[in-house]
Amino acid sequence: MNLALIPLLPLLGAVIPSLFRSRNLNALTAGAIAGVSMLLLLLQAPAVFNGAMPLASWSWISAIGLNFAFRVSGFGFMFAFLILGIGLLIVIYARFYLSAADPMGRFYTYLLLFMGSMLGIVLSENIILLMMFWELTSISSFLLIGFWSYRTDAREGARQALVITGGGGLAMIAGFLLLGHIVGSFELTTILASKEIIHAHHLYPITLILILLGAFTKSAQFPFQFWLPHAMAAPTPVSAYLHSATMVKAGVFLLALLFPVLSGSSLWFYIVTPVGLITFMFAAYMAMFKDDLKGLLAYSTVSHLGLITLLLGLGSPLAAFTAVFHILNHAAFKAGLFMLAGIIDHETGTRDMKRLSGLWKYMPITGTLTMIGSASMAGVPLFNGFLSKEMFLAETLEPNLFGAFSWIVPLGATLAAIFAVAYSIRMVHDVFFKEPFTNLPKKPHEPPHGMRLPAEILMTICVLVGLFPMTLAAPMVNVAAGSILGAATPDYHIAIWHGLNMALALSVIALVGGSIFYLQRLRLFDSHRWCMRYCDGKANFEAFISGVVQGGRQITAYMENGSLQRYIALLVGAVIVLGASPFFGSSAPFIGPLAMASVDPVTLIMGLALIFCSVATVVNHRNRILSIIMLGTVGLIVSLSFIRFSAPDLALTQISVEVVTIILLMMALHLLPRTTPVESTSTRRGRDIVLSVAAGGGCTALMMAVLTRPYDTIAGYFLENSKPGGGGTNVVNVILVDFRGFDTLGEITVLVIAGLVIYALLHDFDLTAPKTDALGRPWVQDRFPMILTQITRPLMPLSLLFAVYIFLRGHNEPGGGFIAGLIVASVLILQYISSGIVWTRPRLTVDNHIIMAWGLVIAVLTGVGSWVVGYPFLTSSFTYLTWPLVGKFEIASAIAFDLGVFLAVVGSVMLVLVKLGSMNSTDAEIVSTSAQKDQEEQKGAH
Amino acid sequence: MELLFTSCMGVMIACGVYLMLRARTFPFVLGLTLLGYAVNMFLFVSGRLKTNLPAVISPAQLQYTDPLPQALVLTAIVIGFAMVAFVVVLALKASGELGTDHVDGHKENNS
Repeated sequence: MNLALIPLLPLLGAVIPSLFRSRNLNALTAGAIAGVSMLLLLLQAPAVFNGAMPLASWSWISAIGLNFAFRVSGFGFMFAFLILGIGLLIVIYARFYLSAADPMGRFYTYLLLFMGSMLGIVLSENIILLMMFWELTSISSFLLIGFWSYRTDAREGARQALVITGGGGLAMIAGFLLLGHIVGSFELTTILASKEIIHAHHLYPITLILILLGAFTKSAQFPFQFWLPHAMAAPTPVSAYLHSATMVKAGVFLLALLFPVLSGSSLWFYIVTPVGLITFMFAAYMAMFKDDLKGLLAYSTVSHLGLITLLLGLGSPLAAFTAVFHILNHAAFKAGLFMLAGIIDHETGTRDMKRLSGLWKYMPITGTLTMIGSASMAGVPLFNGFLSKEMFLAETLEPNLFGAFSWIVPLGATLAAIFAVAYSIRMVHDVFFKEPFTNLPKKPHEPPHGMRLPAEILMTICVLVGLFPMTLAAPMVNVAAGSILGAATPDYHIAIWHGLNMALALSVIALVGGSIFYLQRLRLFDSHRWCMRYCDGKANFEAFISGVVQGGRQITAYMENGSLQRYIALLVGAVIVLGASPFFGSSAPFIGPLAMASVDPVTLIMGLALIFCSVATVVNHRNRILSIIMLGTVGLIVSLSFIRFSAPDLALTQISVEVVTIILLMMALHLLPRTTPVESTSTRRGRDIVLSVAAGGGCTALMMAVLTRPYDTIAGYFLENSKPGGGGTNVVNVILVDFRGFDTLGEITVLVIAGLVIYALLHDFDLTAPKTDALGRPWVQDRFPMILTQITRPLMPLSLLFAVYIFLRGHNEPGGGFIAGLIVASVLILQYISSGIVWTRPRLTVDNHIIMAWGLVIAVLTGVGSWVVGYPFLTSSFTYLTWPLVGKFEIASAIAFDLGVFLAVVGSVMLVLVKLGSMNSTDAEIVSTSAQKDQEEQKGAH
Repeated sequence: MELLFTSCMGVMIACGVYLMLRARTFPFVLGLTLLGYAVNMFLFVSGRLKTNLPAVISPAQLQYTDPLPQALVLTAIVIGFAMVAFVVVLALKASGELGTDHVDGHKENNS
């Protein structure tokens, strides 16, 4: 458990620093959380240094091979140590760096989130888990880079980082899934032991490329290097953390982690080595010309990442060993240099090397520290950077797969090393020496000691490691490299002096050449300018993004031109094509073996009537009232067909829905424009006929193919358990209120939402209906015919009683909440129609919203009720009661649920129809004004 | 029998789709309603056509029709009504706010 807490503690505790207002408490809590994590990590140290690998694993979603598993390998330990160690220094540094106006609590929250995600990456045992942490670093680094969200460059930089690293992450997910597929496990331990299987598999190349894409984007390798310099818009503590030891190192971490299984092929070499070499050279070259201190450091970081990638690409055990060592060294000096750049920025107000100069007199300590860092970065002897750089140069001299062109590697490496020396000298000389400064925003002075302390610690480490590498660094590097390389770990002696050899010569060339380059820098700047025009990754990126947006707009403009007809035509066309395509090329007979039932004359006549009325609806659609009548007939025949084919519940539902639908359409008809002129061209009509006949014919054919084949159903379960389990004999109703009660709950919720949306749409909406019909004749004034009024009033109690009957018998006989609800709604609406709103409204005072809401509440409460007695949500129970006169009858909790359904249906149908009916009605105005008067009178009485 | 039923359904779908491809809201609503009926029939018939075998448990009856598609269709009928009502109101709102009942994307009012 302790092991899992190392990454989880910062993640879970991330919110804590935000809880305090005091800036000291913010920093203190963040530091405490990171400190505890560090302690937990150090507890693992004895085991790790003894060559063991502590593991902790919990099964999470075993179906997809995802385990909650962590491991502390030597390499993971080194990385976790860097993340937490430098993280702690950053916590101190940020406390002094951020101004009072910055929300410091939030900063530490993001920082801890990021820290936890990084720890998750380096300590995960399961690669799916690793992937989740990987994505988390993309998101949390987005938040950190965009911390000053009011700045455009910060937002753009953060977005760019997210798009590039997130996009690479997608490729990597695919790569990991393939890797897991090849090996048959997502556990790292298994994967790392399966080199032969992976290399022999035909998916190896694509897997490798996808994973490399993820690693290269994260580690800003060519051609994805451009996001990193723009991420410099972040506050300096973020840059110091993300771009020295963590975020960008995640890519090389992954390369090194999978090095044992992925490397060793020529594909690995031919991709990784050139990418590393180009990045190393190109970024070092770019770094020389950056006037911005952080820009210089950013490109230098990219360049050093290229160096590490190049080493891993070379593929020999000693090269991997050197890569691990350089990861360590680079983290130390680069984090320190970023911090120093931040101090200079903080105390002078600028990071521009064209304005900075002659600071030595004012900031001698900062200057000394910067010199140490730069010397280490340049690879000057006696500093830690020298050790790994010389080992690196020695490695480049080894023969490699380029064969006769092997010399390209040492040549490029030496060139890049020369550039590195040049930009390191520039960083010290331009800032601290040259002529005295003239225009600085602030008068420079040394920073508060707490701000300098982290950099002091790091620079001390750089010097000490440089002087005593075997004592201080070798144990950690040996353990880390040992966990990657296993038995192949070279027994290497890190030393300052290896005698006079070629690597030393290259180092000397780099130092001398770099100094000459620096002296000749003005000439270089000129030649550099034309190159810049073509190398601006950001501009290319922005152009690409705006191109994508432009293309998207054009496609959208075509697809979404506002014409519903086009959408439907595209949709129906696509469905027809997709639905028909599988049948082409299939040799199985389309119609199955089952014989069809014979047709009786009555059914045949009704069927023909249905077809006739459907077609008549279309033909007469300009004659609106006639088409509604035809449509109503279609609905009636459909409900008859339900009776004919053993579905009494459906027939009852359909016929009552039919009533309310036709009422609804009549109301709409009154308010919509009265005529439908002929508009479509004959070609358009032809197209539509082809489309619709294809759709209809397709459905017929498809269903025929289904119906003539044997049928395997799950109905047996419902039929058997309906009575003993649900307590009702009407299986359809029992399914609705019991077996699939949760579905029904969802459906009545949708119904209620639809009712509310319709109410909201019509609220405060004024629509003037035409005063005459299409032929110019005024409407009949006698709106409430006496016979209708007189019949419907006595009919109402009878109908309500019938609805109660239908409702109560629903569990055992056809009926139930839906049907009863529809009956009640149509009865009530009938009162509105026959007697008018002025008469009805005062007599039906219950608000439909409230009915509807109660329906939902009751339905949900019934479900929750079964929780109370310890059953799953919506479990129904029933018992038998014996009452005098009534006799023995059954009562089920499902009836309460059905009551909820009933109320929801009544409420929402009434809400819609009454609201629509009172549109553009002078009667409705009378009712609402009288209601207002009543309210005012009531107020007056109080 | 199956052929008759599916043919009726196919004709309704064809008519519904054709109406939905018209340029005005009213035929569209008619088409949607018709298509709704047809889709319900489509779902229903996938449980096969049985005569006089309602899914109401009784000792006298040995076989039953499949109740599951029926339960699904029952709620679909009610939801279908809600959808038609919503589209009707949307059409009203659109014709009130935009002054036209066109759905063909043309800005000008041709009526």
